[in-house]
Amino acid sequence: MIELNDVHKSFGQNEVLKGITASVQKGEVVCIIGPSGSGKSTILRCINGLEGYDRGEISVEGLKVDRDAPSIVNIRTQVSMVFQRFNLFPHRTVLENVVEGPLFVKKEPRAQVLERGRALLAQVGLAEKADAHPPQLSGGQQQRVAIARALAMQPKAILFDEPTSALDPELVGDVLGVMRKLADDGMTMVVVTHEMGFARDVADRVLFIDGGVIVEQGPAKALLNQPQHPRTQDFLRRVLHPL
Amino acid sequence: MKGFWHDAVEFFPILMNGVALTIIVTIGSLLLSTVLGLIWAMMRVSGIKALSMLSASLINVIRGIPIIVLLFYLYFVMPDLGVTLSALQAAILGLGIAYSAYQAENFRAGIEAIDKGQIEAAQSIGMGWWLTMRRVVLPQAVRIVLPPYGNVMIMMLKDSSQASTITVAELALQGKLIASSTFKNTSVFTLVALMYLTMSIPLILLVRHFEKRAGKK
Repeated sequence: MIELNDVHKSFGQNEVLKGITASVQKGEVVCIIGPSGSGKSTILRCINGLEGYDRGEISVEGLKVDRDAPSIVNIRTQVSMVFQRFNLFPHRTVLENVVEGPLFVKKEPRAQVLERGRALLAQVGLAEKADAHPPQLSGGQQQRVAIARALAMQPKAILFDEPTSALDPELVGDVLGVMRKLADDGMTMVVVTHEMGFARDVADRVLFIDGGVIVEQGPAKALLNQPQHPRTQDFLRRVLHPL
Repeated sequence: MKGFWHDAVEFFPILMNGVALTIIVTIGSLLLSTVLGLIWAMMRVSGIKALSMLSASLINVIRGIPIIVLLFYLYFVMPDLGVTLSALQAAILGLGIAYSAYQAENFRAGIEAIDKGQIEAAQSIGMGWWLTMRRVVLPQAVRIVLPPYGNVMIMMLKDSSQASTITVAELALQGKLIASSTFKNTSVFTLVALMYLTMSIPLILLVRHFEKRAGKK
């Protein structure tokens, strides 16, 4: 459903993606792991056109991702994104955040969208916060609202960019719980994360990225339990046993 | 002091005519400068190089010309080019254009202060440039922009007196006319000053209110 073919991307002199080739099937959960600065987030941001890429090709359901073409709106309404820092709209209520896209981008009927919005908030356990403003919520609650906002678009896939990295440790579980449920329901997900437990239990496949290339990829349990490449082994050792 | 009260009662009605024109000039040029300033600011942040450069040069040209010269130009030169404006029209147009440069810089600063993550979130749900501006950026920028906007209102109220140089009989010119025909300079100009102050005070309070609200978040 999402295809990347030899994707290259530079920021100035610094080449952050050096030929990424990968694909994500419908219903698959793929976790991307790797050291910071390895290009993990950039891959996600290229998939929905928040960043452009220099060479190669990315396509979503056969449609080429080109951030300068009108079709990018089409891609973005099909592939939602959840950000590390939530990026909720602080001047709108929680419910308004959730229904913003369906209402103003997809122009769906109001009553129907509001009903769906409330149902989604209930699904992420925040039904009673519908009329609160995001700054009044904890980080974990804000991130769950952001997931509801992504789901409200009725996307075919959701990209998660380190969704729990900005959270206090005790709030991580709630967000991961919501994500795990999404995965169980068959949502296609690409997750950049440092949560190795989540990757092992929930992901179908894991990609290990370092220095802008895919160093190793494979089924989640196999890769995380028996990494083959020395750089993967080294990375996992340091993440799992920091002391 | 007794003389002052007597003069005040006598001149007040005439000066009020001036106040009416002062308010018309201020509000007219405030509206015009707001609309123009928004257009310049949008051009600046449009991401289209030609528009952004055009707007930047326009702002610099406007900033580099004294208001009074702009007013003279509109009122005395434009008729030679076949465009005849009334004094009031020229005053509103001149002050509106002159202040649009400051408004534009203020608006741009407000827009650029919005977190980039907000714009990315808007894009990620499929919003285009205009929808992102209208639904996400501008509503948040307003809070940041309001306190300096209030200060501009106060400056415009006072600078509306420059319209007197092209014969708009607003408060300052009305005062000058009375003073030169009655020689009661002290009474007249004290009165004029007090009337400007009376109009400024609500605006000053408004700015304070805006600042408190912006600070609270």
